[in-house]
Amino acid sequence: MKQTLLIERFGTIALVGGLGFFALSVVIFAVIPVALMKEVKMVTIEEISQHVLPDFRDLAERYPEQFKKYFGEASPKTYAEALRLGRDVYIGEACWHCHSQFIRPVSNEDLRFGRVSYAGEHQTELQMPPLFGTRRVGPDLIREAGRHANDWQAAHLWEPKDVVSTSVMPSFKWFFDKPADPNGVPQPNKRGLALITYLQWLGSWAEPLDPPILPELASAKPAEAAPAKAETKVEAAPARKPQPATTNPYE
Amino acid sequence: MNDQPLVDQKLVKYHFVAGMVYLMVALMAGFLFALQFLQHYPHSGVEWLSPGRIRMIHTNAVAYGFLLNCLLAGAYWAVPRLSGHPVWSRFVSWFLFWAIQAIVIFTVFGILFGPTLGYKWGIQHWLQAQAIEWGETPILIDPVVVVGLILIAINFMRPIIKGADKPLYVSLWYFSAGFIWTILNYVMGNYIPEFYTPGASGAAIAGLFIHDLVGLFVTPLGWGLMYYFVPVIMKRPIWSHAVSLIGFWGLAFFYPLNGVHHFLYSTIPMFAQYSAVVATVGVEVVVMTVFINFVATIRQQGGMLSTSLPIRWMFTGIVFYMITCMQCAYQVLLTTQQIIHFTDWVVGHAHLVMFGVFGFWILGMITELWPRLVDRPWHSRTLNTWHYWLSMIGTITMFIDLMAAGLVQGFSWRSLQPWEESVVASVPFWLFRSFAGTMIFVGQILFVYNMWRTARAPAPAAAAQPVTGLGAQPA
Ligand code: HEC
Repeated sequence: MKQTLLIERFGTIALVGGLGFFALSVVIFAVIPVALMKEVKMVTIEEISQHVLPDFRDLAERYPEQFKKYFGEASPKTYAEALRLGRDVYIGEACWHCHSQFIRPVSNEDLRFGRVSYAGEHQTELQMPPLFGTRRVGPDLIREAGRHANDWQAAHLWEPKDVVSTSVMPSFKWFFDKPADPNGVPQPNKRGLALITYLQWLGSWAEPLDPPILPELASAKPAEAAPAKAETKVEAAPARKPQPATTNPYE
Repeated sequence: MNDQPLVDQKLVKYHFVAGMVYLMVALMAGFLFALQFLQHYPHSGVEWLSPGRIRMIHTNAVAYGFLLNCLLAGAYWAVPRLSGHPVWSRFVSWFLFWAIQAIVIFTVFGILFGPTLGYKWGIQHWLQAQAIEWGETPILIDPVVVVGLILIAINFMRPIIKGADKPLYVSLWYFSAGFIWTILNYVMGNYIPEFYTPGASGAAIAGLFIHDLVGLFVTPLGWGLMYYFVPVIMKRPIWSHAVSLIGFWGLAFFYPLNGVHHFLYSTIPMFAQYSAVVATVGVEVVVMTVFINFVATIRQQGGMLSTSLPIRWMFTGIVFYMITCMQCAYQVLLTTQQIIHFTDWVVGHAHLVMFGVFGFWILGMITELWPRLVDRPWHSRTLNTWHYWLSMIGTITMFIDLMAAGLVQGFSWRSLQPWEESVVASVPFWLFRSFAGTMIFVGQILFVYNMWRTARAPAPAAAAQPVTGLGAQPA
């Protein structure tokens, strides 16, 4: 019988191949990154919710009955509840299989979406598990905050095709309550309100795309400085701009 | 010898049947989701059939329904033959069979109804899909899966260790390592990003999980089975044992280091991203040796490609494997990533690997084994041939179509056209993709029908010749 080499033996295969090489990969890709990120503390939902965004209060005014029924007051406590639920809805409906949540420093993504992603902004409880995504059927959403008004978001979730005729995004009619009056307008229910809150939170910490670079995108805003900025923005984007001194727990 | 037969044929048969049932479910789900891209989703507004949920059914039914069941069927057939000992326990094997089906059904239930019922009951996060790609199995049943995987490992490790006094055949290297990797990977991927590491470091681990599920579970089991079935069907030893060694150890070293390439240009530390790119190119070079080994083996008797359908399936899968590996080594480069990441290019790649390679190997195995399992010759060889050609042409068409779609999308985004332009430009590709998918679907329907007719046929006359010539073990 031919001699068995060490690397053909069960023990070697199980210990070196099975356990050892796997452990090596865990050290390189899990232990070291975690150690590198140690300094950046994870922001909890409770901490995030101390800073209630105006969009949440706007929902309370825009859909007063619905809001009262499902959340009561717009407070840090209800804001935390809405964020948590909104994130869960985002997961359950597989939004993350059609939308990503990070902006790369290539392919003009900073011009399209805004500031390139930085590690600190993902270091939150709402990114556990991370919702980076691997496919973009629709646009990235990590700079979604403030891009559209709450009622746009509601109409879009009800039937995306009504808002963007070419959209292939599914409609989410179950995030709305049927109006009592047959001619009435459907109003977002608890999950709808929570999801809109979550979308308006995504990127609320980063400066908006201002002034917008593209003429198409700029239609709503004065466009004087746009062309000049377009040249410099590419270089400037990856560098971190100092944030306004207000509470920015993400960095 | 103890009282159990070497191989429990009924168990193998049941696993194959369950696997094919889930394959039909997965194809149905894929077809439905494809209609969403054509603005023709038939169940729009029906909550539990929400397209996003259906998409997760598609991928999970493939991974845990089709691939797991069928690869285990192959292992139940091959491992006892290779080691000379039956698996650990017949009871545990059957328990595992039902447990796997229960887990898959619970996963389907959780994905479809978890967001609704879980919301009502206040346990949405635990009952619905988990936000780990390809690990959407609800968090509630992850512990059950881990126990199941440990039992699977023990069940197969017993005969392997018992037979280890003789030199272990190549297949058993892959099985031994593969079962260990799968347990470790499942625990790592489903628990650490969920409970301990947010953001970038969590994504690094989630990336490892996605890739290790392919590379350390499906791939080793798949190759292990090829190393068994190809030589046995051809009645020839594998071309080179030394090359087998390179292939195995190269895979074992490089594959676990690949995962982060799913998130290039992200906020994961750059050293990890660079390492993943280098390791990915590395693994492709090494697995090329495996490809060469098999081509050299099959070449010795190339005529079998036209006479033996199972060999044709397997060889086609091996060629597709080579194509995807070449593609891997190229698409992982940071330059290429700028354009193709986030696009349908990657979707095309995934379909070629999962169906074109591992799916084809499994279908080849079933084509070979089904007559023996039901003790009847195939009802129709013509249907089997149709099955092959529809699947083959459908897969390659879908691959090329989605690759092209990916380039269109990537360049459209970079050129800063409004987002809608990339959607509108993709529609013709999506339409074509649906046709390709339908071809594959029809092929599988024919095959399942053929399997069913074969199993239901009257028993063959006693003197009929044995249906295939399997049996000898590779030396
Ligand atoms: C089938 C893929 C798909 C799924 C699933 C999906 N979307 Fe979309 N989404 C798109 C596409 C395509 C667009 C671009 C067209 C449009 O605006 O409707 C889009 C656009 C959007 C936009 C507008 C972005 C912008 O800045 O203009 C938001 C917000 C959004 N989706 C949120 C969601 C949420 C929340 C979910 C889950 C409940 C979701 N999407 C699920 C495909 C999808």
